[in-house]
Amino acid sequence: MTTQLALSQLLNGLQLGVLLFLMAAGLTLVFGIMSFVNLAHGSLYMLGAYFGAATFANTDSFLLALLAAVAGAAAVGLVLDRFALTRLYERDHLDQVLATFGLILFFNEVIRIIWGPGSIFMQVPEALSATVELFGFAYPAYRFAIIVAGLAVALGLYLLIQKTRIGMLIRAGATNPHMVASLGVDIKGLNTLVFALGAGLAGLAGVMAGPIISVQPGMGEPVLILTLVVIIIGGLGSIRGAFYGALIVGVVDTLGRAFMPTVMRALFERNTADAAGPALASMLIYLLMAVVLALRPQGLFPAGSGATR
Amino acid sequence: MSALWPTAIDWRAPRTWVALGTLALLLVLPLLAEFVSGDGADFWVKFATRVMIYALAAIGLNLILGFGGLVSFGHAMYVMLGSYAVAIPTEHGITSGWLHLVIALAAAFVLALVVGAISLRTTGIAFIMITLAFAQMLFFAAVSLKQYGGDDGLTVAARSDFGVISIAGHIGLYYVALTVVLLALYLSWRAVLSPFGLVLRASKANARRTLALGHPVFRFQLAAYVASALLCAVAGVLLANLTQFASPAYGAWTLSGELIVVVILGGLGTVFGPLIGAILLLALEEALPTLVEALLPAYKANWMLLLGLFIFLIALTLERGVYGSLPERARGRQQP
Amino acid sequence: MTTSALETVRLVKRFGGVTATDQVSLTVAPGELHALIGPNGAGKSTLIGQLAGELSPDAGDIRLFGQSVIGRPVHERARLGLGRTYQITQLAREFTALDNVLLGVNARRGGNTRFWGPARQDLESVARARAALDQVGLGERAEAQVAALAHGEQRQLEIAMALATEPRLLLLDEPLAGMSQGEAQAMVTLLRGLKKHYTMLLVEHDMDAVFTLADRVSVLVYGRIIATGTVAEIRANADVRAAYLGEETAA
Ligand SMILES: Nc1ncnc2c1ncn2[C@@H]1O[C@H](COP(=O)(O)OP(=O)(O)OP(=O)(O)O)[C@@H](O)[C@H]1O
Ligand SMILES: [Mg+2]
Repeated sequence: MTTQLALSQLLNGLQLGVLLFLMAAGLTLVFGIMSFVNLAHGSLYMLGAYFGAATFANTDSFLLALLAAVAGAAAVGLVLDRFALTRLYERDHLDQVLATFGLILFFNEVIRIIWGPGSIFMQVPEALSATVELFGFAYPAYRFAIIVAGLAVALGLYLLIQKTRIGMLIRAGATNPHMVASLGVDIKGLNTLVFALGAGLAGLAGVMAGPIISVQPGMGEPVLILTLVVIIIGGLGSIRGAFYGALIVGVVDTLGRAFMPTVMRALFERNTADAAGPALASMLIYLLMAVVLALRPQGLFPAGSGATR
Repeated sequence: MSALWPTAIDWRAPRTWVALGTLALLLVLPLLAEFVSGDGADFWVKFATRVMIYALAAIGLNLILGFGGLVSFGHAMYVMLGSYAVAIPTEHGITSGWLHLVIALAAAFVLALVVGAISLRTTGIAFIMITLAFAQMLFFAAVSLKQYGGDDGLTVAARSDFGVISIAGHIGLYYVALTVVLLALYLSWRAVLSPFGLVLRASKANARRTLALGHPVFRFQLAAYVASALLCAVAGVLLANLTQFASPAYGAWTLSGELIVVVILGGLGTVFGPLIGAILLLALEEALPTLVEALLPAYKANWMLLLGLFIFLIALTLERGVYGSLPERARGRQQP
Repeated sequence: MTTSALETVRLVKRFGGVTATDQVSLTVAPGELHALIGPNGAGKSTLIGQLAGELSPDAGDIRLFGQSVIGRPVHERARLGLGRTYQITQLAREFTALDNVLLGVNARRGGNTRFWGPARQDLESVARARAALDQVGLGERAEAQVAALAHGEQRQLEIAMALATEPRLLLLDEPLAGMSQGEAQAMVTLLRGLKKHYTMLLVEHDMDAVFTLADRVSVLVYGRIIATGTVAEIRANADVRAAYLGEETAA
């Protein structure tokens, strides 16, 4: 186990982490401000990947692909918010969960009908297909670009939420929706905006992941579940929690899968290690979640405790 | 308006007819299948057994979801656990069904106690997400059990051996499943009306007040959670015997979702609703592909699109479920 | 001196910048009906919440019958003999009135882990629940669903539920809130009857009710107790008149 390998796995973890943050930011904001659980958030990620892959294949422009993914997912989010989900915001969480569960099945089939049941291929853009030299070892430029882009978006979100009037309303809405409504703010418009923003971010995550994972129907579900773990660990409704939660989950999951089997082999005899290693690695983040919950049921950075940043 | 939970049954009420009619049909179903479709009877008996298994798991889920008001999105994991409690011992030559059952119950008991104790520290949406995440954890644990088939699952060489109660034939298994469902229905009916059930239902209606009266709500919820997990584990034992197969897929989160759909479709918080919901959902899942094939043959494989829309619509419109919407008193009759 | 039923020692509770409970020291003697008055937002409900265990204070001590209960959960305090009602009605709405009260009876009597015999077939418990309903004048409405009860009836049910737990100390948070003249009259009569058997801390805005019922009165303003005394003393207290009663008459 060389330091180089460890470092590159750490970067892989960061890369997964920033993608998860893009997912978690939207989900947690929508939850914070509308108290709405959107299980179909993973579908928006999938749609982003498909929109991006299709655009890239047809235009050869990765920039257009990014644009198509973000705008497309945001547009679908907008339509969902305005026409399908409004009636659900006032309902209890059970109805919300059930309805968006139905939407997941729906979107998966829509994708199958349009693009077929198999996976489609999305190339790494030419300019980023090489490697970059980092601390004396080569790391894929594209993955590195994801990390940079993800952190840039996180910074942008931070500025948006901390420094603008809209951001102020979002923050206020997350801690006290009724207060914001009573101030005469168009809460419905704010909801739609937040929902579309979250959808766009999910689309962005989807298209950025496109070249390094397989783009296929149902690809949103595993990511959705990781995202749920992220926002539970971080604290529901808290953007800051989503950020740290995402990085923690990304890094722990990646390092666990990379090194857990080796570590197990050092500790136990080979048979036990080979049997339990991979199992334990895939369970690691859930165990982490359980520990966090047992110690802090509100998550690490609960919203409304002055930590909604 | 009448109480939601009558102690006395009104024999002339629509709900009573539907319940009794359904039970009567289920009792003679194998005969009926033989009579109607002859050689194809096996298919219907197996289908009905699957309905019973879904119903059993949903009756379990209803305890915590319908009466306790806690949305567990992870109950499929107990079904999966039950199926492995048959498959793994069988793989090692242990064929006793009673032993399978004991293993399933013991494992589900321990798992539910731990998962429940952690998850119940939270409420509302966090509870939904956490139960989902735990189920996913168990799913991946099963996937990584390479020595037991991993992703591909594990076939069960022969059905569990329950001594004199033979489930080797499809009809035998069906009647065993039906009997278990009837027992579970009776048990949940009694439990719901009992002092325990009163506290559980009150914790759904107003947890704050229930606590302030002096009831340790957490313990009641945990007990209900564990009981519901046990019923799901038994469903898993039956499922492994029906399909002669155990697989991580039985613990997939979509199955947890389907179980919720069954409960809602039948009628949240009604004792008999889960059975009606299971019949309706599985019938729909059977009918939709055929229907789509007849109308739009090219899209036969995409029938799930309609199922998705259907689930979306019932979440939006169906407040009390199909069985729950039926009057529980004959017209003009007052609560005694 | 006998131990007091309730004693708080320099209790403090803050919500961000607001100090909702500010160094509150309050004693309720056994058998006493102690009224707690104060303008809107003074911190009365917040204090009740801390006594019952729904809110945890930032500093200070709470002693129930001589025993400190800081850190003890809500249901344990109820078991120690603390019964309460809410300013905003807290009932199991899908239940009948009788089932609501039965829940209270069973909380005291135990046996709630029984999951077999129907709760309604426990005749002793049902009889006690009916007695509690009779006591508050809701006997006729036992089988009505909460949702079908009038507001005043729901307020009566609030009290019946608390009584059903056979409390040694009753915390009543604005039992007259939102009642019509006639309903309020009946409630005052009911409270006067209860006064003979229960120790009570009564939060109420209705001054006439407070002055006819209370043995002692404490006045809470901005989280602080500015005066405690008999009805006559409080009526005469200049601070109280300035801070509170003056406001009332002006309003
Ligand atoms: N959960 C909370 N978070 C923040 N502030 C709170 C909270 N609960 C109460 N407060 C504040 O604490 C103060 C006291 O409120 P409280 O409800 O105890 O007053 P009250 O005396 O019961 O008033 P009322 O007569 O209107 O019932 C108020 O300023 C209120 O805004
Ligand atoms: Mg108050």
